[in-house]
Amino acid sequence: MSAALDIPAPPKEETPFQRFAREFADSKLAVLGLVIVLLVAVLAIAAPWIAPQNPYDLAQLDIMDGRLPPGSVSADGLTFWLGTDDQGRDMLSGIIYGLRISLSVGVGSAVIAGVIGSALGLIAAYAGGKIETAIMRLVDLQLSFPSILVALMILAFLGKGVANVMLALVIVEWARYARTARSAALVERRREYIEAAECLALPRWRVLFRHLLPNCMPPLIVIGTIQIARAITLEATLSFLGLGVPITEPSLGLLIANGYQYMLSGKYWISFYPGIALLVTIVAINLVGDHLRDVLNPRLQR
Amino acid sequence: MNDVTLEVRNLSTHFETRAGTVRAVDDISFSVSRGRVLGLVGESGSGKSVTGFSIIGLVDPPGRIAGGQILFQGRDITQLPERELRSLRGNRIAMIFQDPMMTLNPVLRIDTQMIETVLAHAKVSHEEARTRARDALGMVGIPSPDERLKAYPHQFSGGMRQRVAIAIALLHRPDLIVADEPTTALDVTIQAQILAEVQKLARDNGTALIWITHDLSVVAGLADEIAVMYAGRIVESGTVADVLDRPLHPYTHGLIGSVPSRNRRGTKLRQIPGMTPSLLNLPGGCAFRTRCARADAACEQDPPTTEPVAGHALRCFHPQLEVVA
Amino acid sequence: MTTWLLRRLIQAVFVVLVMTVIVFIGLHVIGDPIDILISPEADQAERARAVAALGLDQPLWKQYGLFLWGGLHGDLGRSFVFNEPALQLIGGRMPATMELAVTAVLLSVVIGIPLGLYAGLNPDSLLGRTTMAGSILGFSLPTFWVGLMLIMVFAVQLGWLPSTGRGETAELFGVQWSFLTRDGLAHMALPALNLSLGNIALVLRLTRAGVRENIHMDYVRFARAKGLSPARVVLVHVMKNILIPVVTIIGLEFGSTIAFSVVTESVFAWPGMGKLIIDSINVLDRPVIVAYLMIIVFLFITINLLVDLLYTVLDPRVRLENRQ
Repeated sequence: MSAALDIPAPPKEETPFQRFAREFADSKLAVLGLVIVLLVAVLAIAAPWIAPQNPYDLAQLDIMDGRLPPGSVSADGLTFWLGTDDQGRDMLSGIIYGLRISLSVGVGSAVIAGVIGSALGLIAAYAGGKIETAIMRLVDLQLSFPSILVALMILAFLGKGVANVMLALVIVEWARYARTARSAALVERRREYIEAAECLALPRWRVLFRHLLPNCMPPLIVIGTIQIARAITLEATLSFLGLGVPITEPSLGLLIANGYQYMLSGKYWISFYPGIALLVTIVAINLVGDHLRDVLNPRLQR
Repeated sequence: MNDVTLEVRNLSTHFETRAGTVRAVDDISFSVSRGRVLGLVGESGSGKSVTGFSIIGLVDPPGRIAGGQILFQGRDITQLPERELRSLRGNRIAMIFQDPMMTLNPVLRIDTQMIETVLAHAKVSHEEARTRARDALGMVGIPSPDERLKAYPHQFSGGMRQRVAIAIALLHRPDLIVADEPTTALDVTIQAQILAEVQKLARDNGTALIWITHDLSVVAGLADEIAVMYAGRIVESGTVADVLDRPLHPYTHGLIGSVPSRNRRGTKLRQIPGMTPSLLNLPGGCAFRTRCARADAACEQDPPTTEPVAGHALRCFHPQLEVVA
Repeated sequence: MTTWLLRRLIQAVFVVLVMTVIVFIGLHVIGDPIDILISPEADQAERARAVAALGLDQPLWKQYGLFLWGGLHGDLGRSFVFNEPALQLIGGRMPATMELAVTAVLLSVVIGIPLGLYAGLNPDSLLGRTTMAGSILGFSLPTFWVGLMLIMVFAVQLGWLPSTGRGETAELFGVQWSFLTRDGLAHMALPALNLSLGNIALVLRLTRAGVRENIHMDYVRFARAKGLSPARVVLVHVMKNILIPVVTIIGLEFGSTIAFSVVTESVFAWPGMGKLIIDSINVLDRPVIVAYLMIIVFLFITINLLVDLLYTVLDPRVRLENRQ
């Protein structure tokens, strides 16, 4: 008699990853973001083979090609699809190489900060007591000051350079990972599998990194994605202000800064196209991160 | 005799969700007269609260009144424009909510919340409004009302907050009060006090009262009539004596059987097997049949409303006539 | 209330002390204080005299004491470039930054709250969805890039507004302000908008989230059941609840706004203390850097303290707990 109340057939068995992939694919915007991120990554990695010109090989540059608008053709028959800068450098090539630097600084610092921050966060949650208080106080202090200020302070003392920028980004970013890792670990700690691992008298580091860490990964991945976008933005900002990467390794931010003075005279492309590249990268990463948060957040999974 | 304050005719309130239509209230009819108390009884999810919100016109999308009439003093208020409905709300028809901890705005003082209610419906001075607010607080038994007016909700206990909410409902001496489980969240002793006071106030003012509850023992002492709701429908209704002493519907039997009572000490407390069905795309027929021992093939049809005894209505093919032990 | 205030004050002083230690370590351990505090153009004799005068030959703890003592007396060194006490130099630039930051915060309130209210009340409407999508951009777009685009569109292409500088100023309380003249306001429009975009997005999202959360609360239904007009329900009942977190965040963000004005001031050549610090870092005018950091830290701590106080004034629940 309850035949009329038909129960939907149980969904087919799927692995957690398939489930994750299916839920991620729900948002077309996020998929588009992922495609763009992958594309940008390929561009950055394969820059030397893709770029029409090596923008830092002075032999290939001709100052006579300086500040040509998009679509111009050089004396050697090379088309500058996005124009050239004041050195006669092809902007398209400059952007592809710039992406390489922006991405490696951004991803590199986010990964280093992620490792340090997560480790400290896990240790805080697992150790408790004074160690936890000390670490978390530092996190609070750090997070109460805006990232740009902390980065400025570090670079003011250390000076410019790729390594210093990365160090500044790591110092700016680690706290957010630590906070996330700690709160995730505090939840996981009370679960039975941790108690079981502790009953087996496994070494503490093993419980911490082999049992606790893998289960805290989802929120850390979400934070990591968004932190990469933040790192790229902050690096670009610092480089724009002239405090970031040196002129020999121009990231997108520095390219934009170089074109700034020509913008007022209407030669917009020197700043504009690197800016678009930066923008598309950041927005794409954020779209992926935003949707990852929805998919991986257990509270939203009803 | 035109003392009928509210008459609900064939009211249906539906919620359109992505998964389908939820018939929260499905073709129900009842009425309440001046100074009388109707107990609307049912389990959670039976549609009794939605009935209350339908009467006061506060069903929010995706919900909507899908059919029927709500005649308040002879006027169908489902057809009233929002503006006119608003002039009735809090004025002629008032509502008291379930959880007193949630109904008062936490960041506004009691006087603000009371005076705005007075001024919404009466053209009086601010001073006069304050006096009325103070009097209403006094009426519901709040000591030193002048001082308490200046307090914030969190400075009151749950019972006191519910008194404030009742005082707000009484400000304009409404003709109808819809009380949605107003004592469920309170201690038993406070519950009894509030029940007695509300009953007295309603009687004195000639207010019609709809008391929504899942607790049969509350309505037993308070109500004049009872309507039992199940899965959006009224399955049985009549006077308190009819419904509680001579129940006909198997569901009412089940409800009464599951109330602990002194004269059934030692016997096992009976419970109704199964759970309330989901109201989403509920199939036709009697909704109770999946839990009912008396159900048979006939119950796959909608049972019509019958009146085996005058004034005692029922929707069941197999009424249970034997008296409850 | 007094003990609470006292505790917060002690905390604030403690944080300031910690920050002086960090800046001091930055000066003496990471960098070389002789480079930092003495002009690179000084000759050998001048250097030796300066080292003695600054107490750089003293033990570290004594040097820290001197640094702190100097700071307490408003002496954080002289600028190499301007040959002026660093604090005085920054103080002179502060009004420009302050009026920019205050305008930006006002803009974020005036634009963010109404849009957030609308988006919260009509989440599925076209405008509601658009503002939400736009707010994501407001968060993720780099400030400097948006600034460049504003200049390109409104100053270069359309020619409606000036691109750089403070414009004409007028005096009030002995200080020059741009907001008092038409020309100054025109100059302030683009940088203020630029600086406020992130805050607009933040305020908008907070307001929207607050509306979405509060609108389904029982107290809203009860207010409607009392027969109040929709305007009163939203503008008094809901708003009063939303404003508490919004005002708190706006207050806390004021510090960030001042910090981020570094970027906006550089883009729009706005002569505030943010532009000064960037110029100082680029020419290694380190006493100014140190003074700026100390001032910013002090501002931050003060703002946080004031916001905490404001919060207790706004929220009756917190206010009364503190009195007891």
